[in-house]
Amino acid sequence: MADFGIKRFGGYVPRLRIDRSHIADAHKWMAPNLRGQAKGARAFVSWDEDAVTMAVEAARDCLDGRKADGIEAVYVASTSLPYADLQHASLVASALRLPTGIASSDIGFSQRAGTSGLLQALKAGEDALFIASDAPVAKPASTQELSYGAGAAAFLLGSDDVVARLLGAASVTAPFVDHFRGAQSRYDYFWEERWVRDEGYAKLAPAAIKAALAKAGVAVADITHFVMPSMQRGAADAVAKKVGFGGKPADGLENGVGYAGAAHVLLMLANVLDTAAPGDKILVAGFGQGADALVFEVTEAIQNAKPRRGVAGAITDGISTDSYMRMLSFYNGVDLEWGMRSEKDSKTALTEQYRSDDQISGLIAGKCGKCSTIQFPQIEYCVNPECNAPATQFEDYSLVDEPSQVLTYTADWLSFHPAPPLYIGFVQFDNGARILMEVVDVGADGLDVGTPLKLTFRIKERDRARGYNRYFWKAAPAGAAGA
Amino acid sequence: MATGIKDKVAILGMGCAQFGERWNVDSPSLMREAFDEALADAGIERSQIEAGWYGSALDNVNVGNSPIPASTALRLDGIPFTRVENMCATGTEALRGAAYAVASGAVDIAVAIGAEKLKDTGYGGLPIPFKGTFNDMWMPMGSSPAGFAQLAAGYRAKHGMSKDDLKRGMAHVSWKSHQNGVHSPKAHLRKAIPMETIINAPMISDPLGLFDCCGVSDGAACAIVTTPEIARALGKKDLVTVKAIQLAISSGIESQMNTWDGSHVRNTRNAATRAYKEAGITDPRTQLDLIEVHDCFSITELVTMEDLFISEEGKAVNDILDGFYDADGQVPCQIDGGLKCFGHPIGATGLRMTYEVYSQLLGRTGERQLASPSMGLTHNLGGVPYQGIACISILGLSS
Repeated sequence: MADFGIKRFGGYVPRLRIDRSHIADAHKWMAPNLRGQAKGARAFVSWDEDAVTMAVEAARDCLDGRKADGIEAVYVASTSLPYADLQHASLVASALRLPTGIASSDIGFSQRAGTSGLLQALKAGEDALFIASDAPVAKPASTQELSYGAGAAAFLLGSDDVVARLLGAASVTAPFVDHFRGAQSRYDYFWEERWVRDEGYAKLAPAAIKAALAKAGVAVADITHFVMPSMQRGAADAVAKKVGFGGKPADGLENGVGYAGAAHVLLMLANVLDTAAPGDKILVAGFGQGADALVFEVTEAIQNAKPRRGVAGAITDGISTDSYMRMLSFYNGVDLEWGMRSEKDSKTALTEQYRSDDQISGLIAGKCGKCSTIQFPQIEYCVNPECNAPATQFEDYSLVDEPSQVLTYTADWLSFHPAPPLYIGFVQFDNGARILMEVVDVGADGLDVGTPLKLTFRIKERDRARGYNRYFWKAAPAGAAGA
Repeated sequence: MATGIKDKVAILGMGCAQFGERWNVDSPSLMREAFDEALADAGIERSQIEAGWYGSALDNVNVGNSPIPASTALRLDGIPFTRVENMCATGTEALRGAAYAVASGAVDIAVAIGAEKLKDTGYGGLPIPFKGTFNDMWMPMGSSPAGFAQLAAGYRAKHGMSKDDLKRGMAHVSWKSHQNGVHSPKAHLRKAIPMETIINAPMISDPLGLFDCCGVSDGAACAIVTTPEIARALGKKDLVTVKAIQLAISSGIESQMNTWDGSHVRNTRNAATRAYKEAGITDPRTQLDLIEVHDCFSITELVTMEDLFISEEGKAVNDILDGFYDADGQVPCQIDGGLKCFGHPIGATGLRMTYEVYSQLLGRTGERQLASPSMGLTHNLGGVPYQGIACISILGLSS
């Protein structure tokens, strides 16, 4: 296992932020004590983001335009995937245009899904893409509504150009129920924090950590980064202290992200790797019905494996709102009057979706083999009136990473849209292609002709009658962090 | 070599229902109002009609698909009858079918009737369209105003115009139409609106405010057409003949290539070029006496003045603010109030425009009558500026 590990890494945090004080203010009439925990800002997903879309974005950050050719498998770990029976890894793989001859699986059902899944993938020893993505939903006025966030992290695993080599790992399994969420329940049900801390974190995690360190042949004193998330405040610090880690535990990303469920530990790891130095030793610990511990060593290759934007860049690229009702509506915590226009049927023809998958999931345009015009969608003949050559000679041309800007735009207040107004406009690509698209994450600067854009994978429409999401690409202002 | 249909078809009679929120009237009744008037105007019996074209754009409201609801409503038994749908150009498309049938010699007398019952949806604005199983998966679900509002962004960028200057030009378009609508008894909205109210109205789709958008109403209109010879034989003295009907549809160039700049409507320019040629018009700015254009939104009318080659590119705002298109201007536009005041019962709109030009040419329009016009134009736009339909008809007095 010595030559196997993480080759590339990346992360994604949804751009929407709300200061926790706004959440506490909304509940102060019945839960005034929440104010004490209302520090900093948390991230939350827009109505059109979920674990699938964030997984795609984290993987794009990780791969930075590279093809993942040569991987044997793709994994998606989460506790907030939208379907009970429909493999999400296949949707993510299609959006990323991964090779079709690969294995794929979803991992979930525990806050430990991120570390357990990563460990399984590392043990398999095959080149793979591993993604953890989570947007846990908390009951209004719970402490989790303040502490939760959302995000995703992605890792390319393999044996060449490894940036973080796995030295050793260990797990402990125990039926410790600190919280649970029934299969049909919307929200988590928690037991007393003091018991969780003393009997859970303080006993199960150190056992796994000590075993992993022993297997890796590394002393706790040699650990540079202690990466463990705290689903409840201070839990990771207590574990670090208990195992004798003398340094400062890794940033828990409480400000700007919040606890991102099963993805959180790996989001922290991606953040640490962004600034790690060759020779650093990283301890990663995940907790949930036991614990996982993984020990990595950072290599010289870390210098050449920067993600496109990185976790810190994603955190910087936030858009603030002061509307608690907006967040509540986005996670269906409140049923608002959207008017008759929202009654539109959004049934998806699954036959059409499958035969057009390259265009819908992959935003694959056609490049005319005769006149080189790049065009979306791909129709039967080239759009260029001087050419009109048959589409049979089109070459696939992905638009997802192509530079683009606003040609036309409007803010539509009439259409039903879960986050009004609906911004639409023509996205003009530098390569000549253009597409009428929805524009999202429009901040205070608004849009204008010429505003630089980037593309992002989102839910186009939710079919609420059937519980089915239509995914497609949207444009967004390129943002302060660019790319 | 095709010779076109100039002066091959005469309008024998026309009718137009009362437009508006006709809560207590259904679509067959609207058709009957328009048909009765047209039949009386034509001075013929129902049994003399040999073919029919029925225009209706939406079949999720109104009476469903097929021409059967129209042939049944009008009791036109056993003759060829066709339902046409060409988005917002549906009404003129029905007229085109009837005119071509007469021009070809296939029939002597044909009817075109358009009707739409929009006020059975339960909400304002147009119903949400289904764009097809594939397009619904990628096209944004924008409203009609969102489609046309983008022209404002493209127009401003191309001509370096400020938002305020363009908004003033747009506001004058709506202000003028509301002034005109006061004198149209069959219009839905018959109230002059102050300029400040127009400019400060709530936003619908930036930069289109409430008064930049046309009304939504129920309505129907009808034309009975024949050859000029038959019209004269039936005793008609002042003849209004069809000088041209032209249609242009997108093939994807605007929405898929980088050659279109977002500031104009290619289809209008294509249809206008062909229509002027068919009608023998060389200088529309001086040869047209009135125009009824597709003012679904103020910005649409504004760019249409350039797309019809009446205003120079980039100069429509100047002409509009100069009053060139006002009731007392050189080329009055929407002398009846346009879509702005009639609303836009889609299948009826094109025929309603034809009704106004026909009535103006015959001097029948009372308070809003223009001084002896002899040539008028109608213009419909379907779909959106970058993926749509333009339909132009030119009607003139034939001595």
